[in-house]
Amino acid sequence: MKIEILGTGCSKCKALFENTKTAVANEKLFAQIEKVEDMQKIMEYSVMSTPALVVDGVVKSTGKLLTAQEIATLLKS
Amino acid sequence: MFSYWEKFVDYLVYNLMGLDKTEHLAQALHFFIFDTIKIFILLIGIIFVVSYLRTWFNLEKVRAYLQGKSEFTGNILASIFGIITPFCTCSAIPLFLGFLQARIPLGVTFSFLISAPLNNEIAIAMLFSLFGWKITAIYIGFGLLVSIIGGFVIGKMKMEKYILLDIQPIDGCCENPSITMNNKERVKEAFSYTMDIFKKIYLYVVLGVAVGAFIHGYIPTDFIAKYTGGDAWYAVPLSVVLGIPMYASAAGVMPLVEVLTSKGMLLGSALSFMMAVTALSLPEAMILKRLLHTKLIATFFLIIGSGIIIIGYIFNTIL
Repeated sequence: MKIEILGTGCSKCKALFENTKTAVANEKLFAQIEKVEDMQKIMEYSVMSTPALVVDGVVKSTGKLLTAQEIATLLKS
Repeated sequence: MFSYWEKFVDYLVYNLMGLDKTEHLAQALHFFIFDTIKIFILLIGIIFVVSYLRTWFNLEKVRAYLQGKSEFTGNILASIFGIITPFCTCSAIPLFLGFLQARIPLGVTFSFLISAPLNNEIAIAMLFSLFGWKITAIYIGFGLLVSIIGGFVIGKMKMEKYILLDIQPIDGCCENPSITMNNKERVKEAFSYTMDIFKKIYLYVVLGVAVGAFIHGYIPTDFIAKYTGGDAWYAVPLSVVLGIPMYASAAGVMPLVEVLTSKGMLLGSALSFMMAVTALSLPEAMILKRLLHTKLIATFFLIIGSGIIIIGYIFNTIL
């Protein structure tokens, strides 16, 4: 599983990145987590508000700071 | 609305503390306690309402709606849309790019980019709590005018080649899952956003009101009027230049402006100053540098700056 956090480096983006790490650790998942700050790449996902959570190339959430719990639910579905 | 609160502060300062009404300290203290709480309550209330309304807007749909509009109509709609969007790096830049990807003209996109910081909910909430609804309405009205005309002018200048990123147009809309929320979630979301903002700015507000209270209590009116009340031609441009580096502390600057205007500063200069604080920010320019050529950013600043200066003059003349 490949998880990407899209964001331009604001505080919410950093928090989402941390929460994602927590969620993956809690669920004992095997995942590669990556922070994407390059605007060109973010644009390719045509996301209109950050932070956004992308799992295996599919945008799962935009513009929201999800809790570790919410992320875990997303990852399992 | 706040008359009971004022009575309470009267009682607190003049009776409980036993200070004399004519003393500088009593006046300053009264102003500080009364204003801080009043601004806090209004700030939280207004930001909460705006962020709650915001949960009903779907950005993708707004974009699709703007897509087919003719240029001038687009400028007007994008400016109005700028009022309800929050302005921070997380939202404004991706939105800006998202608009361009949808082939929305550059000028229309700029109307949005000017309006978003100028008419942000913090500025509106502060203005409302300090100056009342009339001045707030005038501020928003002129703010819209600047963003509509500014965006239109930039659109006419054909500056598309100054966008540094390679914009890949997208067709269709809304492949991203839009999360539907129930009302309880909306309220929760709005509340957490409000608290975020409040944590960020409450210190500035307290500082601003403290300095304002000092001026209110200790500095004589004619002194302020002498330096800021004159209709010297340079008063407005000077206010604008002074406002540029102050973006982060907009919430702290406004209480100061309130005191200065009550002591004789001309309202036009004051409004220009506040608009410059919110719309022309160096941090914002730094972020935009990643996407746009310096030439375009300079043009953007120049047009907005001129617009704000003109408004200042108009105000000083008519009020």
